Amino acid sequence: MKVTQHSFKFLVLVAALFFGTLAYGQHHEEKHQNDGGEVNTNEEVNEYILHHIKDSHDFTLFSYTNDAGERKHVGFPLPVILWTSEGLVTFMSSEFHHNDDGHAIVERKGLKFAKIHGKIYELEQGATRVKFDEDHHATNAHKVLDFSITKSVFGILLVGILMIVAFTSLARQYRKKAIPTGLGRVLEPLVLYVRDEIARPNIGDKYYRRFTGYLLTVFFFIWVLNLLGLTPIGFNVTGQIAVTAALAIFTLIIYTFSGNKGYWGHMLWMPGVPVLIRPVLAIIELAGAFLIKPFSLLVRLFANISAGHIVVMSLIAIMVVMKNELTAGGATALSFVLAMFITLIEVLVAFLQAYIFTMLSALFIGMAVADHDHH
Amino acid sequence: METLLNDFSIGLFVMQTVIFLVLIFIMVKFAWKPIMNSLNDREEGIQNALDAAENAKLEMQNLQADNEKLLKAARAEREAMLKDARDMKNKMIEDAKGEAQAEASKLIAQAQESIESEKKAAIADLKSQVANLSLEIAEKVVKEELSNKGKQEKLVESLLGEATLN
Repeated sequence: MKVTQHSFKFLVLVAALFFGTLAYGQHHEEKHQNDGGEVNTNEEVNEYILHHIKDSHDFTLFSYTNDAGERKHVGFPLPVILWTSEGLVTFMSSEFHHNDDGHAIVERKGLKFAKIHGKIYELEQGATRVKFDEDHHATNAHKVLDFSITKSVFGILLVGILMIVAFTSLARQYRKKAIPTGLGRVLEPLVLYVRDEIARPNIGDKYYRRFTGYLLTVFFFIWVLNLLGLTPIGFNVTGQIAVTAALAIFTLIIYTFSGNKGYWGHMLWMPGVPVLIRPVLAIIELAGAFLIKPFSLLVRLFANISAGHIVVMSLIAIMVVMKNELTAGGATALSFVLAMFITLIEVLVAFLQAYIFTMLSALFIGMAVADHDHH
Repeated sequence: METLLNDFSIGLFVMQTVIFLVLIFIMVKFAWKPIMNSLNDREEGIQNALDAAENAKLEMQNLQADNEKLLKAARAEREAMLKDARDMKNKMIEDAKGEAQAEASKLIAQAQESIESEKKAAIADLKSQVANLSLEIAEKVVKEELSNKGKQEKLVESLLGEATLN
């Protein structure tokens, strides 16, 4: 029980830190040009949704316009870490004052930075403001390597810490008793599920132990992030293509480096087919292993989660865009029913995508380590 | 596609890779390894306990079979013993009967024998007594006869008459 109490205290601490910084938004009361305030038209709804599924440098819970017509944001700033022409530069994202179209300039080490559509640009020497061409591309600024603790990175860290706390507490419980209690009782069947339903059947009894750690980590990482994405906190980490790409490349590296002789033999010089066809098959197999498999992994997860977010938000937007046709009450009711229904499906999808990613990873690893003794 | 590539943030990719590597390392070392080991230990323990129970059951069955066998053997032995006893009894009765028969026939034979000898002795005795008696009678008769001279001569004469010389 003590372990659970500890982790509970820890959660309270995290929550306190989280909400303690909420007041920050109150200090920035200037009106933002591109943050249109109320979202009423279809175009505004589209823009709002597309903006949401992108990563962001601030952690904004919600925004509102006060009586004086000022836009207020409730949330907290996150650190911006850049690798620029002058080396490492860090500052808090609040210095951009929620500006996203390059008008707020931050100066550090004699360099000027502006944030345009969620990307941070370094202005060229001598420039004082960002110039745009007709396509709204900056002409006198270039992108920098951005290692900021963005909202997604914050979510990754949060989930990482949650996982470490939850599962080390489960690991500690086994020292004293064989059957875990409390949270551990919930986590244990999930761990067993991944081991017995994903790792063991796909990789085989002989080798599955070596890869179970990775598969468990991937499964819980994706699942918890998917679920967090369904909360109003509004993470969209597994809907970031960079994140899913990194995960797919992890799987790619693992199955490439654990591939045995049989795996490479079947890939590069397929036995049992005419010699002339073998190089052709090798090209197809290589493309399959190094492009198609990781690409299918990364796109499936990214697309499913992004689509889920877009659909849920679009259904919520019915409340706004169909107000005229259905009256305020009707539009709200329709939007509520549909959004609720889709959110329930999204809860299933959150699990399903984590399962599929882990299962396919296990399958690919299993193909790489399988014994080809049937020849 | 262009927006997709534009949205791809190298910074986020690097951060995700680094954090995830660290996360895998920490999770494997401090969570998955101890959890997996404990689960395996527990499963092995359960398997062993089940095996032990199965063994105990088998042993129990063996014991029961043994008992059954012993019981059967004991029953068969009892049966055999009873049969032996019965046979022995019959045999003894038979033997006793035979012996008695033999004894009886022996006795009868002896008795017959002795009766025979007694009879013979008695007959012999009788014979000798009859002979003596006849002799005495004859003596007396002869004495009587010979005491009378006329008679003797008459007898001789009759005898002589009978015994004709041819």
